[in-house]
Amino acid sequence: MHIAEGFLPAGHALGWTLAAAPFVAHGARAVVKEVRENPESTLLLGAAGAFTFVLSAIKLPSITGSSSHPTGTGPGAILFRPPVMALLGTVVLLFQALLLAHGGLTTLGANAFAFAVVGPWAGYAAYRLTRAAGAGLLPAVFVGVALADLATYVTTSLQLALAFPDASTGLAGTLAKFLGVFAVTQIPLAIGEGLLGVLLFRVLTVNARPELERLGILKPAPVPTGGAA
Amino acid sequence: MTRRALVNALLVVAVVALFAVPLLVDGGTSGYGGTDAAVTEELEADGYTPWFESFFSPAGEVESGLFALQAALGGGVLGYVLGRLRGRRTAATATATAIAAATATTTTSGGTAAEADRR
Repeated sequence: MHIAEGFLPAGHALGWTLAAAPFVAHGARAVVKEVRENPESTLLLGAAGAFTFVLSAIKLPSITGSSSHPTGTGPGAILFRPPVMALLGTVVLLFQALLLAHGGLTTLGANAFAFAVVGPWAGYAAYRLTRAAGAGLLPAVFVGVALADLATYVTTSLQLALAFPDASTGLAGTLAKFLGVFAVTQIPLAIGEGLLGVLLFRVLTVNARPELERLGILKPAPVPTGGAA
Repeated sequence: MTRRALVNALLVVAVVALFAVPLLVDGGTSGYGGTDAAVTEELEADGYTPWFESFFSPAGEVESGLFALQAALGGGVLGYVLGRLRGRRTAATATATAIAAATATTTTSGGTAAEADRR
């Protein structure tokens, strides 16, 4: 998902930076608002940021004989809605661009758009649709977290195809080529990430029930009035 | 082991298996190069030259150390939060149990006092 430093033509780099910037700025405001209005969220917000920090640091082998990174942006998008992840995801990318030479400053906008904007929104939408279709929390978390991962890599493939359309096969052919590198490798990773998301939410439903109820993830349990009603 | 803990353990096993099985099946024939690097190599082979270089590019060993640091920071914070949340729940349960026990004692002694009044 990390397009390397200098690997997007300047016009594309600028365009994606301009496209991602409003989302990141809005996300920064969303984080500040969340922390100010609900200070008790800070702990869970830290967990959401930490989840994407760990997962995006790990390269995992896949059936294609290549390895790739999970993204870890799904749980935060489900818990706090996607804007929050636009900021947290960009912080992760900035860390990797500056310290690890992974991704880059010129490609930060494009990478942020894929990793911190499209991924979280796609995952959140998938989560909401799955729940609206009547599924329980955990199946919806699985679908949402896995799709946040996969959608990020599909976006990266599209960004590269737009920048380097093949003369003979055109945009569709180039997109197929990049999807072949990224998306296929990513499928087992997305499934694994979905399972980790389920594990995280299993732990949270037991230990962070008040927060999940306040965030609308769980319905408030009927108050145990001891049969007074 | 409770059913909940068992399911959690099985989830961990499933995730490990998902990544261990490809490694075992191909018997070490694949290089597991990163997809990010595969794309840049392909673009460079097609004649593209990157127009900007990273300010700081750590050597291979340093890079893997920094990746480990990133994972450690994330894992540390995640573990801290989950540990605190769990501690909060167990503490709340313990308090609730203590209050229930205290209430029961009060009720009992209250009952005794009432009985004493009647006598």
